[in-house]
Amino acid sequence: MTHPENAAEFLKDSQKAKWHDETLWFVRDKRDKVSKGIPEWEQLRELASGIKDNVLANLAGYLEEFERNAKKNGIIVHWAADSEEHNRLVLEILQQQNCTSVVTRKSILTEECHLNPYLEKHGVEVVDTDLGERIVQFLNQPPSHIVLPAIHLKKGEISELFHEKLHTEKGNEDPAYLTQAARVHLREKFFAAKVAITGVNFGIAETGEFVVCTNEGNADMGVHLADVHIACMGIEKILPRRKDLGVFLRLLARSATGQPITNYNSHFRSPSPGKEIHIILVDNGRTAQLAREKFRNSLKCIRCGACMNTCPIYRRSGGFSYNSTVPGPIGSILSPGLDLKKHSSLPFASTLCGSCTDVCPVKINIHEQLYEWRQEVTKTKGEFAKGLSMKLANGIFKSPLAYKISGSVMRNALKSLPNSLIYHPLNSWGKNRNLPDPPKESFQQWYRKNRS
Amino acid sequence: MSSREKILSAIRSLTVEPKALPDIPNFSSPGNLVERFTQSISGNKGEVLSKSEFEEWFSTSGFSKVISLSVQFSELATLPLPEDPHNLETLEVAILDGQFGVAENGAIWLEDTQLGLRALPFATEHLVIVLDRNNLEDTMHQGYDKIAAAQSGFGLFLAGPSKTADIEQSLVIGAQGAKSLRVVLV
Repeated sequence: MTHPENAAEFLKDSQKAKWHDETLWFVRDKRDKVSKGIPEWEQLRELASGIKDNVLANLAGYLEEFERNAKKNGIIVHWAADSEEHNRLVLEILQQQNCTSVVTRKSILTEECHLNPYLEKHGVEVVDTDLGERIVQFLNQPPSHIVLPAIHLKKGEISELFHEKLHTEKGNEDPAYLTQAARVHLREKFFAAKVAITGVNFGIAETGEFVVCTNEGNADMGVHLADVHIACMGIEKILPRRKDLGVFLRLLARSATGQPITNYNSHFRSPSPGKEIHIILVDNGRTAQLAREKFRNSLKCIRCGACMNTCPIYRRSGGFSYNSTVPGPIGSILSPGLDLKKHSSLPFASTLCGSCTDVCPVKINIHEQLYEWRQEVTKTKGEFAKGLSMKLANGIFKSPLAYKISGSVMRNALKSLPNSLIYHPLNSWGKNRNLPDPPKESFQQWYRKNRS
Repeated sequence: MSSREKILSAIRSLTVEPKALPDIPNFSSPGNLVERFTQSISGNKGEVLSKSEFEEWFSTSGFSKVISLSVQFSELATLPLPEDPHNLETLEVAILDGQFGVAENGAIWLEDTQLGLRALPFATEHLVIVLDRNNLEDTMHQGYDKIAAAQSGFGLFLAGPSKTADIEQSLVIGAQGAKSLRVVLV
């Protein structure tokens, strides 16, 4: 299904769609307020973008430096060219540990690799431990937002779900009560797990450490109780120096949810005595994106989700309408690079208003890249209806007589034709839009009457 | 060719215009550090207490399972630090010494030496961090300057209790980790 088809589905529940729109705008507003409290905010964005420019220009060197230092610290480093290899590596580690149940702080990367279904197919029970992630996992859904995974659900739906899965009171919709029930359930899982999987927010070349940020503390509950920690990291997550974290941690949570920082920011440098840390460095299309000069700096993304919260299309169409692991504006410039055919409608899911670019903490020119992807899509696909109308217009504008006649024909046609013909399904611009009333006369006629 | 070689050589085959790594200025903000830090912690849904306020809270709350690694409050411990973190499941209070705090966001830096067990500040029901009021930094930049050469296997900027807003964006304190954070400024 295309983005417009999915969006139409989302908009059927107009009350929920309105709530979704307003709630995300509220988060965007919080981001604005908190960022204005930092006088050097724009300088920080500039710095973050500049640091990432340097990383993308020296990625191979930084990856080697990171690997060297991580190994020195006793971390086991693996490399995966694609999602298949990534999933296989995770499974192998689990099998070495005779482990059939893992807790995960699911990352967008493991979601991108479809790790959970792969592990389940091989007999491993996977428990996502972020509250929102657990909720969508119970429903067999992917997250609809990269920071707010269950933002498409109302508490009534979650209450019903928890009644079924966690035996909470029927009809009790109190978020505190439901969260407490999930706490008891998840803590039981944490204390039983042998292996924990997390994503990575930042990897530091200089020290070989990596940083994981959460508000719930679920990543840490998992990894510090387990014997083995597997961290999955996209190769673009590298930062050169430890002090670069100062810039990025100041930007990340403020951009994401309007908080000054996430409550837990854990720096992993070496395993506790007797334990293991594995890190898997994953390419899965990233070097291909690095090769596309126009789209290269989409790799600067730190997954804050600010572009989603601000996007007038995302807010009114929901994360699922994108049918892509990363939805919203940033997803619409990342996903076409992975599968242009599948995601060909995404670059058009935008008004090109540029709000995404304005809020991006690493200054990715998202709306310009959306425009560029549109050129790529039409190059490979072409657009039949538009081609035809352009040819027609060409004929009309070439001949003054044809121009005159067609103007009067259109004015009369718009007056007298039934709406069903004007707003026909081929005219997608007619959906939810009304044409203005046609003028009674042409400009030429008006001019002759009034000015000559 | 291994995946490692494949990835590295794919990157090296590209010509990306070199860009210098920018210097990070030493940003700072005006205002009293203690006031800003206190404000930040309460914004993160924690609480800043004086020594006497803390002692009063602790003496009236009747906890029986307490681990204290804080030098000043070591006598409040009722349990020794276990060897296995799985024994922390029913722990009520952990009292730790923080290295320093950051005024702009309330983040407190802790390393293996202060934590004893890495799971401790997460698994405990209530967390208390004791912090010297002279050990407050302005922004994260000064914070990272301070730990530039630190070598701890694990380090943590902790800024509040475990919290979530995953159900309809309603903030709930006490998700999977500690249900409260009290910072004792001494």
